[in-house]
Amino acid sequence: MCRIGAIKSKNKLHPSIALKLMRSQQEGHDDSGFAFVMQDLGGIFESYKDLPLLSMAATVEGTRLAEDILRESGFSRVMQWTPNINNEKGLKIDAMPNYIFEVLQYPKSYKHATEEEKEELLINTSIELRNALEKTNSGYIYSFWPDTLTLKEIGSPKDIGTYFDLWNENKDLASGIITAQCRQNTNYDIVRYAAHPFFLEGYTVLVNGENTFYEKNKYYQQKLYKGYLGFESDSQCLLYTLHYVHKILKWPLQYFKHTITPLEYDDIIKRDNREILLRIKASLSHLEVNGPNTMLAVTPDKELLCVCDSKKLRPVVVGRNKDMVIMTSEVAGLNDLMPDRDFRQDIYPTERETIVVKKDLTVERWQQ
Amino acid sequence: MAAVKVNELRKSDLPWIIEYDESKCIQCGKCTAACSFNAIMPCVEERKSNSITAPRKTEKVLVIKQNISLDNYCRGCGMCSNVCPNGAIKAVRNKDDKYSVVYRAEKADSFKKGGRSNLNTEGRTLDKIKIGRISQMTDPSLDAQRHTFELRTPLGRVLKADKLNFGHNGEALYETTPLPPNRWIYPIIFGDMSIGAVSWRMWEAMAIATAYLNEVMGIPLRMCTGEGGIPTKLLKSRYVKYMILQIASGHFGWNRIIKAMPDMTEDPAGILIKIGQGAKPGDGGLLQASKVARYVQEIRGVPKADLLSPPTHQGLYSIEESVQKMFLSMNAAFNFRVPVAIKVAASVTSVSVYNNLLRDPYNIVGGFFLDGLAAGTGAAHEISLNHTGHPITSKLRDCYLAAVHQGRQGEIPLFAGGGLGQTGSFAADAFKLICLGANGVFTGSTLLEVAGCVGSDTGKCNACNTGFCPAGIAAQDDRLVKRLDVDKVAQNLVNYILATDIELKKLMAPIGCSSLPVGRSDALITVDKHISDRLDIQYGC
Repeated sequence: MCRIGAIKSKNKLHPSIALKLMRSQQEGHDDSGFAFVMQDLGGIFESYKDLPLLSMAATVEGTRLAEDILRESGFSRVMQWTPNINNEKGLKIDAMPNYIFEVLQYPKSYKHATEEEKEELLINTSIELRNALEKTNSGYIYSFWPDTLTLKEIGSPKDIGTYFDLWNENKDLASGIITAQCRQNTNYDIVRYAAHPFFLEGYTVLVNGENTFYEKNKYYQQKLYKGYLGFESDSQCLLYTLHYVHKILKWPLQYFKHTITPLEYDDIIKRDNREILLRIKASLSHLEVNGPNTMLAVTPDKELLCVCDSKKLRPVVVGRNKDMVIMTSEVAGLNDLMPDRDFRQDIYPTERETIVVKKDLTVERWQQ
Repeated sequence: MAAVKVNELRKSDLPWIIEYDESKCIQCGKCTAACSFNAIMPCVEERKSNSITAPRKTEKVLVIKQNISLDNYCRGCGMCSNVCPNGAIKAVRNKDDKYSVVYRAEKADSFKKGGRSNLNTEGRTLDKIKIGRISQMTDPSLDAQRHTFELRTPLGRVLKADKLNFGHNGEALYETTPLPPNRWIYPIIFGDMSIGAVSWRMWEAMAIATAYLNEVMGIPLRMCTGEGGIPTKLLKSRYVKYMILQIASGHFGWNRIIKAMPDMTEDPAGILIKIGQGAKPGDGGLLQASKVARYVQEIRGVPKADLLSPPTHQGLYSIEESVQKMFLSMNAAFNFRVPVAIKVAASVTSVSVYNNLLRDPYNIVGGFFLDGLAAGTGAAHEISLNHTGHPITSKLRDCYLAAVHQGRQGEIPLFAGGGLGQTGSFAADAFKLICLGANGVFTGSTLLEVAGCVGSDTGKCNACNTGFCPAGIAAQDDRLVKRLDVDKVAQNLVNYILATDIELKKLMAPIGCSSLPVGRSDALITVDKHISDRLDIQYGC
């Protein structure tokens, strides 16, 4: 079972906190990997929030290929950060030759472009990069979006932390939101793209569980939007559904829960908005999930989200203090990082709840 | 050498031979009274004594004899042995039967029968498919007895989410445009058997069972009327909301329906336009004059004559026309409040039809009912029954995957039928078809079997077309109809659906699915490589 966590904090935090959150849930480790996504960046990226940040891992050839594509598209490098690699002997990590984290300036022709036009450029370039790297088997692109940094690697979470010097807390890397997992989707091949958190256009999703509706979701999603790619993990489907409902359809967030775990007909007809709910249930029936899934997510508004399957088959707990909210698989993680919190305030979400952590860290509980 | 007439019908030509044991017979007459086909009759036989030395004497004895007749011949229904107190009589299958050859040679007419195809050359695809994805450690199985399951599916046109045109005020969505009607129904529909094709008692039993399942058992099952109208009293009652009214090329019964519309207090569950049926694709309905009883004449508004629905809807020459004329007019008839669906025989062309309907700009086709070649019928030319049509499974799958290819799955709900439950596993057949992409299934023959049909797919009885159904199911002779106990049949139908409901849950539970697994083909495997390739499901061996 995957262990997942999402942290949102008033103060910018170093990603070592994610390693620590995962460490106390280590019975879930199987050395299949560690990955995190940082959003609302601080540290050395603080002053580049509006510019796209590329996170990728590649061979030398892949790095060159990506640089060529970016240059041809008109992007220019503004700054680059390279992790301090600590290549000790005996570390359990399947490392790539290069890890690239670089901030890029939009092409000059985009000087007066709208946000939508810039977003379109970023998704198109991401797809182009991904296809080129995939064709030559020379690397992986994880995110290419403003204010977002992604690292994924295969191996032992502790050793991955050591390799990238992530145990060493410093001020370079910091963010207000960190999502992380310490075990990737091991039902299928251990590949980097199968490791959550999954990211698309400002949306980040992590899932603990088995999406038994994977094939059904996938068959539907692959025709919905060009960015719905890969499907290396069944959990990606939940990212795409969140993106589709919230970004493409522009429906309020509460309808995400109605899409993935629709109420039963007999419950719906008692509601005032039954007409709407029945339409969603019919039109998006192929986006339902009906297995065991707990999902954590980040929205482009920098809000955190937590929803469970309709039978609440996988665990999750939400803990908070005045500076921080943590959602994670096991309470052991909370006890480690927030020993002094008022545990009576902890929330164990029900099967019909959506937990939302607003920008100001207030926690809302929406009933489906 | 004795003179023998070889060009007359012989007993040995008939499909069933009556075996009669005179020594056990008490001459009660029950067997002849029970035989609805007049295939046996009491006769007097002259016998001589066996003694060689005694003076020659003859005696006359009463015996039961088989009729040697093209019209009144034994169908093997077994009613005679059912009623015989001593087991003195029974029908035995004649493996050298030449009846259908002689029939054609004598009558210069094609041979007609009821029931299903008797060839069974294809084998059953559904029996070679298993539910192979069992939830074990990756995800938990559910408990069929303790968890709740939802068995409902939409009937009616479903729009893609981005076509719903919802507005929102920041928090809540609201409708901005009228949307096509949807009904959330049980995924099993009582298939379209008309009043006339079946007896009024059989039809009434299905209607009672439907109402009972809805109102008492909370199972939202719908029944399709078949093309033959519906009693006016029922049309004006609240129970009509459980009925799907059928219109086919003969338009039988629609005069009454239209006249009753102003007085209807509820909308029907749907309208089903029948273009074709699986048992006799390319052929119209066939109700032989012998079955056109007085009340059938009244409901349909017809004289006592062979009632032949044309093979096509007159005046419709293309899919576009059918959508514009027929579907629009049927939608308009109920003010766009009632889903209008279409039923066609599964065919090589089914995907083309489905694609066209999916692309219809009016969004008014609310269901696609596909009927496979193993379907049953009240009457058909044997040649159609045995040699025309398309198996349901691959064609249903083709239609679903055609929709997947366009990202439009679920927009026109698919319903599949034709030979379901043929080998005794109706729930399993339904479940597998749903996993392959059907929103639901429909059945007629299963209901007849529940009601006590004595026929089989290997030539037993199959006399639904004659009006002399020995079980009173497809009969129109009052004496035969009265054999059927309406309440008992209704009760058995309800029980059968309750059992099926349990069995469907017993299949949903192990795949960990509490909602209808439409399109969950990942849950299926097949032990046949060809089926695996054709249906795009995993091969297991």
